[in-house]
Amino acid sequence: MSAVTSSALRPLLSPALMATLKGLGILAAIALAIVLLVHSGAMPKGSIGHKVLAAPFIDMWDLPDLLVQTLWEGLVAGVLYALIALGFVLIFKASGVFNFAQGIMVVFSALTLVGSYEIMTQRMGLPPGTVVAILALMIAIATMFVLAWLVERIVLRPLVNQNEIIMLMATVGLTYFLIGFGEYIFGGNPKVMITAQLGLPVGQTQFNILGGRVNIQHLDVAAAVIASIMIAGLAFFFQYTRIGRALRAVADSHKAALSVGISLNQIWVIVWFTAGVVALVTGIMWGARSDVSFALEIIALKALPVLILGGFTSVPGAIVGGLIIGIGEKMGEGYWGPLFGGGIETWLAYVIALGFLLFRPQGLFGEKIIERI
Amino acid sequence: MFYRETGQFKTNYTDDMAIFPIRQDRIGIAIILAIALILPFVVSEFVLKTILLPFLALSVAVIGLNILTGYTGLISLGSAGFMGVGAYACYKLTTIFPEVNIIIWIFASGFFAAAVGVFFGLPSLRIKGLYLAVATLAAQFFLQWAFVRIPWLFNYNPSGAIEVPLRTLFGMPITGPTAELEVKYLICLGFVIGMTWLASNLVHGRIGRSWMAVRDMDIAAELMGIKLLNAKLLAFAVSSFFCGVSGALFVFLYLGGAEAGTEFAIRLSFLILFAVIIGGTGSMIGSFFGTAFIVALPTILKFGAPAIGIAITGATAEKIVLMIIGALTIYLLIVEPHGLARLWQIMKQKLRVWPFPY
Amino acid sequence: MMFKKLALSATVAASVLTAGFAAQAQDAINFVHNTYRTGAFSGSGIPVGDGTRDYFTMLNNRDGGIGGVKINFEECETAYDTRRSVECYEQGKAKNTVLYVPWSTGATLAAIPRAHIDKIPIFSMGYGLSASAVGDVFPWVFNMPITYWDGANAFIQHVAQQEGGFDKLKGKTIGLLHLDAPFGKEPIPILEALAKQHGFNLKLYPVAPAEMQNQSSVWLTIRRDRTDWVYNQGWGAMNPTAVREAARGGFPVNRLVGVWWAGGDDDARPAGDAGKGYRALNWHQTGANFPVIQDIIKHVVDRGQSLSAKEKVGENLYNRGVYQAIIIAEAIKNAQAITGKKVINGEDMRRGLEALNMTEAKWAAAGAPAFASPFRVTCSDHNSQSAVYVMEWDGKAWKRLSADIQPQKEQVRPLLEEAAKAFATSNAGWPARTEACQNNS
Repeated sequence: MSAVTSSALRPLLSPALMATLKGLGILAAIALAIVLLVHSGAMPKGSIGHKVLAAPFIDMWDLPDLLVQTLWEGLVAGVLYALIALGFVLIFKASGVFNFAQGIMVVFSALTLVGSYEIMTQRMGLPPGTVVAILALMIAIATMFVLAWLVERIVLRPLVNQNEIIMLMATVGLTYFLIGFGEYIFGGNPKVMITAQLGLPVGQTQFNILGGRVNIQHLDVAAAVIASIMIAGLAFFFQYTRIGRALRAVADSHKAALSVGISLNQIWVIVWFTAGVVALVTGIMWGARSDVSFALEIIALKALPVLILGGFTSVPGAIVGGLIIGIGEKMGEGYWGPLFGGGIETWLAYVIALGFLLFRPQGLFGEKIIERI
Repeated sequence: MFYRETGQFKTNYTDDMAIFPIRQDRIGIAIILAIALILPFVVSEFVLKTILLPFLALSVAVIGLNILTGYTGLISLGSAGFMGVGAYACYKLTTIFPEVNIIIWIFASGFFAAAVGVFFGLPSLRIKGLYLAVATLAAQFFLQWAFVRIPWLFNYNPSGAIEVPLRTLFGMPITGPTAELEVKYLICLGFVIGMTWLASNLVHGRIGRSWMAVRDMDIAAELMGIKLLNAKLLAFAVSSFFCGVSGALFVFLYLGGAEAGTEFAIRLSFLILFAVIIGGTGSMIGSFFGTAFIVALPTILKFGAPAIGIAITGATAEKIVLMIIGALTIYLLIVEPHGLARLWQIMKQKLRVWPFPY
Repeated sequence: MMFKKLALSATVAASVLTAGFAAQAQDAINFVHNTYRTGAFSGSGIPVGDGTRDYFTMLNNRDGGIGGVKINFEECETAYDTRRSVECYEQGKAKNTVLYVPWSTGATLAAIPRAHIDKIPIFSMGYGLSASAVGDVFPWVFNMPITYWDGANAFIQHVAQQEGGFDKLKGKTIGLLHLDAPFGKEPIPILEALAKQHGFNLKLYPVAPAEMQNQSSVWLTIRRDRTDWVYNQGWGAMNPTAVREAARGGFPVNRLVGVWWAGGDDDARPAGDAGKGYRALNWHQTGANFPVIQDIIKHVVDRGQSLSAKEKVGENLYNRGVYQAIIIAEAIKNAQAITGKKVINGEDMRRGLEALNMTEAKWAAAGAPAFASPFRVTCSDHNSQSAVYVMEWDGKAWKRLSADIQPQKEQVRPLLEEAAKAFATSNAGWPARTEACQNNS
């Protein structure tokens, strides 16, 4: 009987969904086991088992407002991680390059935006405001286009068909160059993002719910909305436009794409430009949360566990991976971090990703690796 | 013409298996070693301290990573973390057992790094390529965190640093502030020669061949009877061993003290991988070229420019050096993706046929 | 042709420059100063570097140097990286610098064991190894005017003042938000001791260097712990992020108190209105209303020789750089007076530093009346553990909030001596002090 149902259900439930359901079942079983252990007195309060397995959940139950806030912060961080990861994925898919320079592109694009705004308002005497901010935004976008074009011309074209690690190193070289260049042009001091001038909302709303309060930053909402719009836009672009189709063709096979008359060079410029615009959006969002400084480059490393979790080639993977890492990291740091003395966020993301990876070596959504002799 | 093996006959198998079968190579190595021995006494203290010492200390780590990346085909971004393990292990060992000679401890610290390396190498059995590279970042970040967070590692020093104590060999100080730079250099050089010899023998023997088989195609290697588990974990162990020794050298003979967690940061991991690629994967001599590129070039550019009259100092020099390094990297990769070692080979080939073009 | 011309002009320029340098070197005092205008901490490094640089340029322009000798001031960029700091140390040594100013805890630690061998004194102003305040053990290292341990002590005193007495601290939760590096962890032992003494709960909130701009989880934890006061031992990009995150998480900013390195104008300003009320410890005044700052503007900034924007002159970290430069200049004057030489070397400089007695009159003479509290270095006390005050950000500038807070020397000094002793024993062969003690004039 059960065999019949499961086979009848099979078309409805994709393998991934089945796996998820299985996972949820296991989680529920573990949760039940913990509850039983605590109630039976096998894990007294203060014991290590209690601290690791029970106390964090009791904390969550006791302060639901904080739990909601933590989840929200995780979600926002996850969206931003997903955005950085998206930049990586786009380039990896289309050109097979693991673009280590994505992090510095985030900084560089944001610096161009803020820097050109500063130059226009302070040295050229233009009135500060939205108009100049939009102008600066356009300059930043144009700069990212020029950068994409130069990268294609100078780096990608001569290195076509090289080993992936050589390409990685070329982007490391690009990173060094852009750090030096950015600091040379704009100086090393951190800059304040022109949040209000760009028309982004500032301020926060406080919800008094669940016997506490939950703060929602308007900017974070905007970040989530803009990121979603962007991802939807990219999905549409890839799915329905001619260039999008060409892009997917290139991602599938360079040679086949070439043979049907798709210009690789053109596609690469477009992809790097798109990644540059994604970097700019990330830079604006993250810069508004803290500062535009070169320290921000390190944040991009946060996208790496997202990548191995979601798969290098999968756009949905980048998004789901980003959210898992973002939420997992904030929950882990908030509820389990104190057990280690805090500050575990730097490596927790990797451990989460590794945990997934041991079961799916190609990432959650990566293409299945088929090896032939 | 200058570099020709004609007329050098090998009459037995031992000759054929020699590390340097060609006479010119033997002469060349002898000259290089002689220069290396004289060098500390002719160059200025500045060059010795800021270029030669870090060059020697780091070249061991670069060889180590080259074993892993160049010979076994596994990319690791955790090298700096393993170097840190070596440094802290050496520090703990020499403070717990001060009577044992520091040279033994520097060597022994490699084993601790190897053990940690094997543990973090476990994912390599499941994951490959860039996925593995990113996975090894877990080791990097975790170890860095551990160096800051476990006070036992730095003997509960309130400033969180490890300070290199004075240790002697035959009554002569070799570590600590009073040790002469020349002495430190010669000790480092001894380690580099020994470790290079060890690495070269490993990669030319049965183990090295199994590694290369794994690199070229691991499934095929497995079918041929190479145990992937052993080969990959051994590569991680040996590589981390080299990194560990390098870390101990780096702190004990070069820096003379380290601040927990900042020396062995991700930046250094990237630099080491960088050196492996620029130098040439799967080449011993390339490892040295690569190390020279990452250690000596920035310093020479930064402090050499003012010396020849280009008055760029301070932050501007730093920025311009970064730009030059970045541009030069891309240029080198385009000109010769197989690294500086390949250029070296081409040059040897040219010497072989000179004065004829081919 | 073009190339030949270029090469020729380069050679000419080179010979002129080297000749100029050689001529200068003979009657000038060389001083190589570490800066970090690049890298993750540049936000704090730039204003400090500008202040020191501008002050020495001003001395050269206005007075022709110190005691009639030009100061050959040179910057060496470290990017807050220890390996580059080693390069800078060696560079300084090769150029006969009279003083090494590491500007990073790691660089200080790396240089301390070499100072007495290379005869280059080290001045780590309010950072570095706290124990180096003990001049009997570290004759070559100076870290006035205050250590991190005194800072933490002063912070607790401030909290007690605000809460209405030390007895009110009982049961309160006080957090230390710190960079997860030795610099950030420095105040932990003293805070632990104080927590035991006064009965407050101490919570630690480490921020890894890679997470400086990603602090939301730390602030969630602070919210959960219902922490009453937070002491921010941060540097670089960590500080502005902390101020913002505090405001975001609903933590009252006026209960967030930064160490003196977390008191940059650019640390508080980016948060906008939310940053109003942020507090920080400080040991000197801010603002441009001092003759010395006006002189800098007149002789350096207006001549276009400064790297700093004019409106940044007089900001807190800029003035910190000026403060450091005044002390160094004063020590050079001392050294000249003691030795009777015009061009001094590192050994003379050490004597000059040890004889420092920054009285109110001295500050006034330097063009900085009431700029900072007077302090005096002695042979055994290379720190002086001077007073600090708490200032508050009003949205535009720092305003003094509290009177001077004198750290409890009797609590901190024994700990310093203990740590110095531990350093000497763990570094076998650490030399006993042989340098003669300079009488303070």
